[in-house]
Amino acid sequence: MFNSKSKTQFYLKIYYMKGLKIIVLAKQVPDTRNVGKDAMTEAGTVNRAALPAIFNPEDLNALEQALRIKEQVPGTEITMLTMGPGRASEILREGMFRGADGGVLLTDRAFAGADTLATSYALSCAIRSIGEFDLIIGGRQAIDGDTAQVGPQVAEKLGIPQITYAEEVVKIDERTITVKRRLEHGTEVVAGAMPLLITVNGSAAPCRPRNAKRVMKFKNAATPSERTANPKLAEVAEGRPYLDIKEWGVANITCEAEQLGMSGSPTKVKNVMNIVFQAKESKVLGDTDNEINDLMQELISNHTIG
Amino acid sequence: MNNIIVYCEFEDGKVADVSLELLTKGRSLANQLGCKLEALIIGKDLKNAPSQVFPYGADVVYLADDARLEHYQTLPHSSIVIKLFQEQQPQIAFMGATTVGRDLGPRVSSALHSGLTADCTNLEIGPHTDAKSGKEYQNLLYQIRPAFGGNIIATIVNPECRPQMATVREGVMRKEIFDANHKGEIVNLDVNKYVKAEDFVVSIIERHIEKSKINIKNSPIIVAGGYGVGSKENFQLLFDLANAISAEVGASRAAVDAGFVEHERQIGQTGVTVRPKLYIACGISGQIQHIAGMQESSMIISINNDPEAPINKIADYVIVGNVEDVLPKMIKYYKQNSK
Repeated sequence: MFNSKSKTQFYLKIYYMKGLKIIVLAKQVPDTRNVGKDAMTEAGTVNRAALPAIFNPEDLNALEQALRIKEQVPGTEITMLTMGPGRASEILREGMFRGADGGVLLTDRAFAGADTLATSYALSCAIRSIGEFDLIIGGRQAIDGDTAQVGPQVAEKLGIPQITYAEEVVKIDERTITVKRRLEHGTEVVAGAMPLLITVNGSAAPCRPRNAKRVMKFKNAATPSERTANPKLAEVAEGRPYLDIKEWGVANITCEAEQLGMSGSPTKVKNVMNIVFQAKESKVLGDTDNEINDLMQELISNHTIG
Repeated sequence: MNNIIVYCEFEDGKVADVSLELLTKGRSLANQLGCKLEALIIGKDLKNAPSQVFPYGADVVYLADDARLEHYQTLPHSSIVIKLFQEQQPQIAFMGATTVGRDLGPRVSSALHSGLTADCTNLEIGPHTDAKSGKEYQNLLYQIRPAFGGNIIATIVNPECRPQMATVREGVMRKEIFDANHKGEIVNLDVNKYVKAEDFVVSIIERHIEKSKINIKNSPIIVAGGYGVGSKENFQLLFDLANAISAEVGASRAAVDAGFVEHERQIGQTGVTVRPKLYIACGISGQIQHIAGMQESSMIISINNDPEAPINKIADYVIVGNVEDVLPKMIKYYKQNSK
């Protein structure tokens, strides 16, 4: 198991640097890795309700890189940003349990149906509203789409450079960040001036677990909608501003409405199919010695193997 | 004329296989559309590059040749692609779904506000009627890919925005010489008109690229394991069989995610696409995203203790049993019979 304490003692804290402002992009996704038979309806569409919603795995790798920078550069502040339905606030709390300072939930019906471009537009507008930043760090891709497009598109919309497939932040100083990237057949170390955007690969260090003290401190962190639904949460939050999770809709960010959601999406889903395999006439065998001996003889005699 | 452009990756004097595969696909689509096929190559010392792409049917090759462009870097490469696309207005643009293409593609699509579909497994041309407006479109690019973790197949179109962009992984499309004597036009781009000095703000400090030791793509026999193999230790049985019958070991995404084997062995939409003469699937249930990467195998043997596993439908032989019982027997009887 990864132990953050033993790892961090190698870092020299950099006190002469002023703290950085980091925005971590995260997404709550259906756990498509464990799709059971009930996950598909008879009509061949996806039954989202049957899939657990999880913190997108590579976004956790991204959060870990941000937390390591925060340990190294005191005064660093990590704000998590996610777009999704109301319940996506769960991953913001999860991030706070692990060390993030706060979170913004971007939620509005107007964002619905967005492809990667409209998503990155909404996120980039929200980032401008959050204000100054030095780094934006997100996972390489989300497991419900596997596109790896939102990170670079956000970077382009903000007019900043990007470093994708990042595996480790190897060095950071006042102006420059040095990052090791994982490529198909090797690695590359690149350095760039901040502000910039980094997408983190699944091969990077796993995220540290929740911190028990932080769970106690932030378990009642909530969005305004959650407080409306549960007034007890509102009571607890009196005089505790750190429990505020920001909840923004279209009205809270500066954006052009037609660039959002469906209307802002150049790609359209023409159709979705449950694939029916071209069934072959398969020969079914048991696992007895005789049957496997016969099969191997056949494969050898028709030169499939050997 | 709105043509098809393929962004060709160029490293160590060679155009990447994935780019030649995209040119092959692009050629057939260009013929269907009656447009030209164009290639864009960015790098250093590109003198020998055009002769590598002309046989695959490129009618025009744009070259951005500059010592600073030797290795791929996001900003300089995307500046060239964006400006060239603005000038040439291609209707379709393809890139490899590599660490290069997946870094470059979204940057370009964002700048041009054009739609991009990642990791397509098929590309076709066809009509489309917008469900809402009823507006009809002819000759759109169908970008077909497994979606939602590989559980469904989606067809994506970009009705209004150009270029229609797609990335495709290496090995998904076939690489075929169009005409060994085909010749096209060479256009040398004035690099300084396309790239700004500030595009080089991110610098490469060092690179360690190794020739991959794993070569599943070209192996005639593959022994692949899924989550059903159960553990890293059990995967050793697959390596044992592979050693005995001179095969490579592959894996499903679930097995890679579970840490049974390294990512380089992943077969499927988000891994490698293979077409071996024999594919032995061990404990693989057969999600679409995996099937997409191996369904063209000449012969498929599925070993699974679930007789209803989806992959069995496309298998020539189904061995109902546990991987740890069946594989040692296969090794034993192969050795006995091959002598």
